[in-house]
Amino acid sequence: MKILVCLKQILDPEIPARDFRVDAAKGEAERGNANLVTNIFCENALETALQFRERFGDAKITVLSFGAASAEDSLRKALAMKADAAALVINDKNSNPDPLTVAQVLATAIRKLGTFDLVMVGREAGDWGAGQTAGLLAEELSMACVSFVDRIEAMSGGLRMKRQTDSGWEVLEAQTPLVVSITNDEHNVPRIPKVRDVMTSYHQPITQWTLADLGYEIEADKYYQLVDLSIPEKESRCEFVTGDTLDERVESLARRITEVTSAL
Amino acid sequence: MNDVVICLLSPAGFDRAAQGLAGEGRRLAEKLGSQLKAIVLSPQSPATAPEVAQVCDEVIVVEQDEYQPETALTALVDVCRQLSPAAVLFGNDTYSQEVTPRLAYRLDGAAVGDAVAITVHEQALRVSRQVYGGKAQATIELKRTPAVLWTRARSFASANKLSTPGNITELNVDAPTDTRTRIVERKRESQSEQRLEEARVIVSGGRGIGGPEPFNDELKPLAELLGAQLAASRAACDAGWVPPTFQVGQTGKKVTPDLYLAIAITGASQHMAGISEAKNIAAINTDPDAPIFKHCRFGIVEDYRKVVPLLRQKLIALQNSQR
Repeated sequence: MKILVCLKQILDPEIPARDFRVDAAKGEAERGNANLVTNIFCENALETALQFRERFGDAKITVLSFGAASAEDSLRKALAMKADAAALVINDKNSNPDPLTVAQVLATAIRKLGTFDLVMVGREAGDWGAGQTAGLLAEELSMACVSFVDRIEAMSGGLRMKRQTDSGWEVLEAQTPLVVSITNDEHNVPRIPKVRDVMTSYHQPITQWTLADLGYEIEADKYYQLVDLSIPEKESRCEFVTGDTLDERVESLARRITEVTSAL
Repeated sequence: MNDVVICLLSPAGFDRAAQGLAGEGRRLAEKLGSQLKAIVLSPQSPATAPEVAQVCDEVIVVEQDEYQPETALTALVDVCRQLSPAAVLFGNDTYSQEVTPRLAYRLDGAAVGDAVAITVHEQALRVSRQVYGGKAQATIELKRTPAVLWTRARSFASANKLSTPGNITELNVDAPTDTRTRIVERKRESQSEQRLEEARVIVSGGRGIGGPEPFNDELKPLAELLGAQLAASRAACDAGWVPPTFQVGQTGKKVTPDLYLAIAITGASQHMAGISEAKNIAAINTDPDAPIFKHCRFGIVEDYRKVVPLLRQKLIALQNSQR
């Protein structure tokens, strides 16, 4: 089984709102003092792949990222987590490519890397959160696609997987090749790499390509165009219920709640 | 051919999401000077169609077995090619989220997910959505037609009924069964038949609740009293106190209730991303500086353990006095 996992490096989504600024002209968040991290759902995808290899053996895991040169850090971490091989397509043209461009670049790189039975991506990224990579990549690669998967097992003739739905979960059976988007679950919390493996990862090779190496030219705004990015004004007038005693304050709270619910 | 098409994939029938979708679809169609059509694709579609026809100019019923990813996509591509619409709108159920980017791709259109507002700017469609975990809002102009959007449909106002209901057409789509993927088991895990996204009142608990027991013993009776659904923050779900289907936030459900009562929830931005379209947020929290209060209409700074039992008594008393 040959598995490819896509990884996206993003601005740490845990930075508090008070430190968050946008650069409206550039159409993206200001870097500020925030760290760059691997998108959590991408790490959930890698963890799911690693567990698949541990349970069913005979799997080779390649990680691929399309992003700034700094995305090398995400790939090194993935190698330290015990991915087998890594490739980086450096985006030297456009800091914020649209979802179709991302899918086309990834698909071009994937074809150059070989053939894969299973392509795994995170369900969405913590920055733009478009959630389109899996679907568009499946189309580019002419593969079937399953979204919101949190567990994958081998079965005769293909894969058996569980996915989360709005009301519960579903079990799917699928043939390969296949694209899946991975969501988080208590079973695919990303492992912490061992210090020794982190050290080793710095000596492991990473295939690096530019867009020119792939023969891909980015055409700006062909899919959609960002026309505004702003931090919404918050109406921040919380009315704290008043009263001399707890009893009075809770009474007031109950009245406020009833005002809203009885209007329904 | 400039029509707006809404697609109903969820087996929930003409629920609040579908009604909101029809409302927003109608407003968009009026701006474009075009018609509003609906594609109803589910085993229940014949039953739902007459209700949908009350608010849509035409309803196309595609009779299918239960949703399967590849087969549903092929059917939708087929119907949309015949309609060549300007926009195709979906709700935010799992199936809609799954199908939209691929449908856009096959129709040479462009997709945007999680739309909270749709406008027309010099004939181009613009969509607003939250980004960076709800910390910022982006407006995106689509450069291809059709625009294929999944939306927070429940936050949209519903449509007025037409004086004459629209025509209902049954369409046989010759979609070959695609066996590459197959859903073999479907399991509902929600607390009741109502989906969290449909709820008008939600009582939600966070890390500060402290364990599974208070969810059952304190929050659940409060929710029942208010006719509310029970929900939770990521921390409470990750701790295993309640099932993952309860989770509200960026990585959980995006809900749109009239009242969201946040109990012992700090209000991290990833949580707020799930409730930004709630009409009223109220909070019970011990920390007056908790970020949740910045989003609240009203609240109380107090330990929930003291507030909730008393609140239940007060609500019962109020309900009795109003009878």
